[in-house]
Amino acid sequence: MRLKRHGIVAAVAVATLGLAACGSDNTSNTASDGGSSSAKPTISCATGSLTAQGSTAQQNAMDEWRKAYQQACPGASINYQGTGSGAGVQAFTANTADFAGSDSALKPGDEQAKADARCAGGTALNLPAVIGPIAVAYNLGGVKNLQLKPATLAKIFAGTVTTWDDATIKADNPSATLPSSAITAVHRSDSSGTTDNFTRYLAATADADWTFGNDKVWKAPGGQGGAKSDGVAAAVKQTAGAIGYIEYSFVQTSGLVAAKIYNGAGEYTALTDTSAGKAVAGAQVVGTGSDLTLKIDYATKEPGAYPIVLVTYEIVCGKGNPADKLPLITSFLTYITSTDGQAKLSQIGYAPLPATLQTKVSTAIGNLA
Amino acid sequence: MSQRSLTTTPADAPTTGGGGGLPRGRRFGVERVFRGLATVAGSTILVIIVAIAIFLIVKALPALRANSENFFTFPSWFADSSPPRFGIAAIAFGTVITSALAMLLAVPVAVGIALCLTHYTHRRIATTLGFFIDLLAAVPSVVFGLWGRDYLAGPVADLSAWLHANLGWIPLFGGAGPYGRSILLGSIVLAIMVLPIVTALTREVFLQTPEENEEAALALGATRWEMIRTAVLPYGRPGIIASVMLGLGRALGETIALALTLGAVYNVSFDLLGTGGNTIAANIALRFGEANPIGRSALIASGLVLFAITLVVNMTARLIIYRRREFVGSAA
Repeated sequence: MRLKRHGIVAAVAVATLGLAACGSDNTSNTASDGGSSSAKPTISCATGSLTAQGSTAQQNAMDEWRKAYQQACPGASINYQGTGSGAGVQAFTANTADFAGSDSALKPGDEQAKADARCAGGTALNLPAVIGPIAVAYNLGGVKNLQLKPATLAKIFAGTVTTWDDATIKADNPSATLPSSAITAVHRSDSSGTTDNFTRYLAATADADWTFGNDKVWKAPGGQGGAKSDGVAAAVKQTAGAIGYIEYSFVQTSGLVAAKIYNGAGEYTALTDTSAGKAVAGAQVVGTGSDLTLKIDYATKEPGAYPIVLVTYEIVCGKGNPADKLPLITSFLTYITSTDGQAKLSQIGYAPLPATLQTKVSTAIGNLA
Repeated sequence: MSQRSLTTTPADAPTTGGGGGLPRGRRFGVERVFRGLATVAGSTILVIIVAIAIFLIVKALPALRANSENFFTFPSWFADSSPPRFGIAAIAFGTVITSALAMLLAVPVAVGIALCLTHYTHRRIATTLGFFIDLLAAVPSVVFGLWGRDYLAGPVADLSAWLHANLGWIPLFGGAGPYGRSILLGSIVLAIMVLPIVTALTREVFLQTPEENEEAALALGATRWEMIRTAVLPYGRPGIIASVMLGLGRALGETIALALTLGAVYNVSFDLLGTGGNTIAANIALRFGEANPIGRSALIASGLVLFAITLVVNMTARLIIYRRREFVGSAA
């Protein structure tokens, strides 16, 4: 009896281990594929270790960069925890992170002042590092080329347009056959920079139909929530008639279809890394000196620009970095904003920084002290 | 001395006091130390509970002061906005209704399984089955959550459509769709998660039914079902209640599985089928990462409410068990 029981335990244990082994095999395979596909970049290495945390939107990009950098520079160790932008900024301010990733620039006033206080004698800078395009994914059987104007998008997510054959949607899609089924609008149930940037876009381009302002949490009534990008992607995928906003990479990996969005130039644009890059190229730098806080023009007149984009920043001290960390901070940030570093991004659902901005960022990084 | 004690014969035994029952003089020291240790261990629980309560209250106060809505009646949660506006109405309601529905689904099945294991199956099969039930308790809740979200959602949507078509006149099944993450889906996943807890405890209770009672019932000509009804269930009732309350405690506090399977909509609605549902614990998990200091404090305030709900539930359970005790003697 006793032996038998142990036998069962052993069998289950072996089975579980087997499954676990399969799981880890898969992930390590895909990971190493990503790494080996690009040529060895030229990195001016520094040694030491860095601890950083923040935005989950740039986690995948960070993972790629860390891997490539650490491969090229054996003496360096870089840790990045995707704890969320808010937590990242808090950790940076409390001096427990060497730099922070954040989906929004430090707010002028209290937040900026607290972060400045941490940089002995210097100021905290917002340096754009990654462009994360936000896709509007939908699940609508035969309809492959859904086109939406900002006002239509706002009405769908505010819950004022509730069926797919509503006249508003028909007006944007004259040639499509739209079903009469109900719309399930899916939003993020956790607080996230994606929601903040998506609602900022709606508030900027469709203020008559979107009265909820912008926030990290979803403020419109109704709809359905999904936990994290993955939860939104799953909900859109399994619910016929669903529509949701998610990071571009999740559209690519879960085989969803993204809608074309009407831009300020008067055309419906599909989401690609090029079209998203064009929107950021038209953005205005509102930061002063080395601070490169961007103000994105959501109604950009740039032809071929996809307007719903999120820029995530690295928040780092302009002056007052510890002397033993400075070479590694400079070296690593130089690498991630280099052409090599940015080229890695388009394979994993981000868009590279436009060339003009990239030059400004590398100048700013060169001036770190 | 030591040699003697090694070679103690049965004849010597009485001289040491009835098989070593009564402690000698120097043993009283050990006795006192052990008693002290046990008392300390017992009071640790009280200290921890009080410490948690104080921590929650102190951390919750800043947000409660800053709140510009009524904390108890406002349904939404905009704690990071300025001014902060949040209330626990929707999430407290969601917590209670989801857990209650989960218990309603799980308890009959769990008691059935326990009775089957203790009174109907062969002992060897019962041991194996019991092992599998314990295994169910070892599955991490995130696995249940992902399974519920990715695989159970489809069948539950079909079930919802059927319930609405056939029983739509009941307000609980009034949701006309589209169906997705709903209170029903969350409750079913939760029911599966509390099943092993309730089953394991009730099984132990049923096993302890005095054999004399069972045999007496059978001797009087009772069938097996009548024996269970007249001997096992009345004897085990306080145990069933206790296990239900433990399961309910688990259900009220469950976090990640519900964060994944509920629709996270902040409204108070008895519609079980439509997309919606949210709980205090799930709300904390989803909002904590990006919360500002007031937002965190507000989430802790909601934790305080959950703490209070759990306390009330447990005290009610104690009360029920205490009142029943006079009828069933030692079983409590």
